[in-house]
Amino acid sequence: MRIAVCIKQVPDTREVKLDPVTNNLIRDGVPSIINMDDKSGLEMAIRLKEKHGGTVTVFTMGPPQADLALREALAMGCDKAYLISAREFGGSDTYATGYIIANAMRKVEEEEGAFDLFITGRQAIDGDTAQVGPQIAENLGVPQISYAEGIEINGDVVTVKRQYEDRYHIIEVGMPCLLTAIQELAEPRYMHAGLIVDAYNTEIPVIDFAALESRIDKTTIGNAGSPTNVVRSFTKQPKGQGIKYDNVGPDEAVKIIMDKMIERHII
Amino acid sequence: MKTSNTAEFKNFYVICEQRDNKVQKVSYELIGEATKLAAAYKEETGKDEKVIAVVLGDDVQPVCQSLLDHGADEAIYIEDPMLKEYVTEPYVKACVQLIEEKKPNVVLFGASSIGRDLAPRTASRVHTGLTADCTKLTMEMDDKYPGKSVNEVLLHMTRPAFGGNIMATILIRHHRPQMATVRPGVMQLIDVVPNKPGKIEEYKVEFVPEDMNVKIVEVLKEGHKAVDITEAKYLVSGGRGIGSADFYNELRKVADLLGGEISSSRANVDAGWIEKSRQVGQTGKTVRPDLYMACGISGAIQHLAGMDQSEYIIAINKNDSAPIFEVADLGVVGDVKVIIPKLIDALAKYKEAEANA
Repeated sequence: MRIAVCIKQVPDTREVKLDPVTNNLIRDGVPSIINMDDKSGLEMAIRLKEKHGGTVTVFTMGPPQADLALREALAMGCDKAYLISAREFGGSDTYATGYIIANAMRKVEEEEGAFDLFITGRQAIDGDTAQVGPQIAENLGVPQISYAEGIEINGDVVTVKRQYEDRYHIIEVGMPCLLTAIQELAEPRYMHAGLIVDAYNTEIPVIDFAALESRIDKTTIGNAGSPTNVVRSFTKQPKGQGIKYDNVGPDEAVKIIMDKMIERHII
Repeated sequence: MKTSNTAEFKNFYVICEQRDNKVQKVSYELIGEATKLAAAYKEETGKDEKVIAVVLGDDVQPVCQSLLDHGADEAIYIEDPMLKEYVTEPYVKACVQLIEEKKPNVVLFGASSIGRDLAPRTASRVHTGLTADCTKLTMEMDDKYPGKSVNEVLLHMTRPAFGGNIMATILIRHHRPQMATVRPGVMQLIDVVPNKPGKIEEYKVEFVPEDMNVKIVEVLKEGHKAVDITEAKYLVSGGRGIGSADFYNELRKVADLLGGEISSSRANVDAGWIEKSRQVGQTGKTVRPDLYMACGISGAIQHLAGMDQSEYIIAINKNDSAPIFEVADLGVVGDVKVIIPKLIDALAKYKEAEANA
């Protein structure tokens, strides 16, 4: 079985803080990590390979330094890695990104054989859109099941536990198909000590614009070709200050809270 | 689709969500929001565009009146046994056919686990843009960006990005429809007008067996707590400061006395103290209750992103410089572990006195 996994290198947004004076984002020193949902998908792909045989090929689209995320994936046990990177791809929105990644995967399929299973994370913590997985699936023309909390394979049938807010669907789907992983799917392993050296010494092949030029329409990629454009970004204005009591005993605190709740007809 | 003739795309469509043939609250919120957008559009352009609510399912005609009552000018239903439970491909097929034929100006989806599966695939198939998880929508003239602006009244879509640390406003200029998913609990309902008149119409989509390209073998509702904190009027929320998972029992007592629910910060979910479905914040849910009582929550920016629009916020925290106090309407510096048990007593006594009055 040939599995393709898409990952994204993201800034750890949990570590981001605002400058208390300027209210600007402090980006310096924020570590880059493999997006959590993606890492869970990666772990599941490696487990499926270990159980059923086959290979795991990992893709990421991003700047040249995103190769670090791929090297970490190789050290976890992936077999092959591709970096999709070109200036022409920069500024792509989810529509364009799904299109580029799907085409990059198709190119690799032509050279190395078709993939049976595609796995992405549900969403990345920097963009939080959850759109790229389904948009890759649409461009590949394969069925998608998003929010996968469990995956099992029997023969050529994939059984997925699909999470909703109020229920689960147990879904059977044939291959090839694309699944988007949530964190609950699998706890990622650490890098394997024996694989780290190789992973950091290997050359990561880059799929650049020239490699895809014959198959993609240049007018639908990058910032200029994307249907959506960010026109403005700003930090949130904090809400107006309320009343704060910082020197009251617990009994008085309870009375203040009770009075307010009565006044506002909450009780 | 990319178009130079944007004027032929008209009306504000809301793709409504039903589960077990019950329309979900987010759909009503979006219908309410769409009526405001249509009114703003009319004010800016003089053009009168309709709000059209679309519902897909099996035997969903009976819910259409409620879509009108919540503000839609027209309701469209698409029915097929294949649409009973949500499945990507039949739903995408129906939405794509509808969009290609009706040519909407704007299409809104709820940013639920259904909308976030359906909308992106639909957007890719009709070749248009989609903005995820919007928290603010306005209709405004696009004339502020020389060389880029198209001097048309466009949907301005604002959403949190970078883990809720920044907000971004996004436009779709050269493609139609302008599509967005909107976070549940962010937009407000408008007043319901019972039995409001309006056209209810079936839209036919021919399905073939191949459209069902996956098989739902089981629908599991058990073991899945059906609590939806976005629906709660009052939320009593616990953060790291509550000290232990057991303390949620105390918060639960407060919530029960108020008729509300308990919720949580991310730290306690990660610690396994409470289920993920109760998490408020950027990676959890956005809530807008009448009362949000933050107990021992410091108020990381990612948490604030999910609750700062609450009607009234009470914060109890030991640390008097906790950021939660910046958004709280009423802040009390103190130990939740001391204050909450006393609050439970006070609430119980109040309720008892009220019952005997």
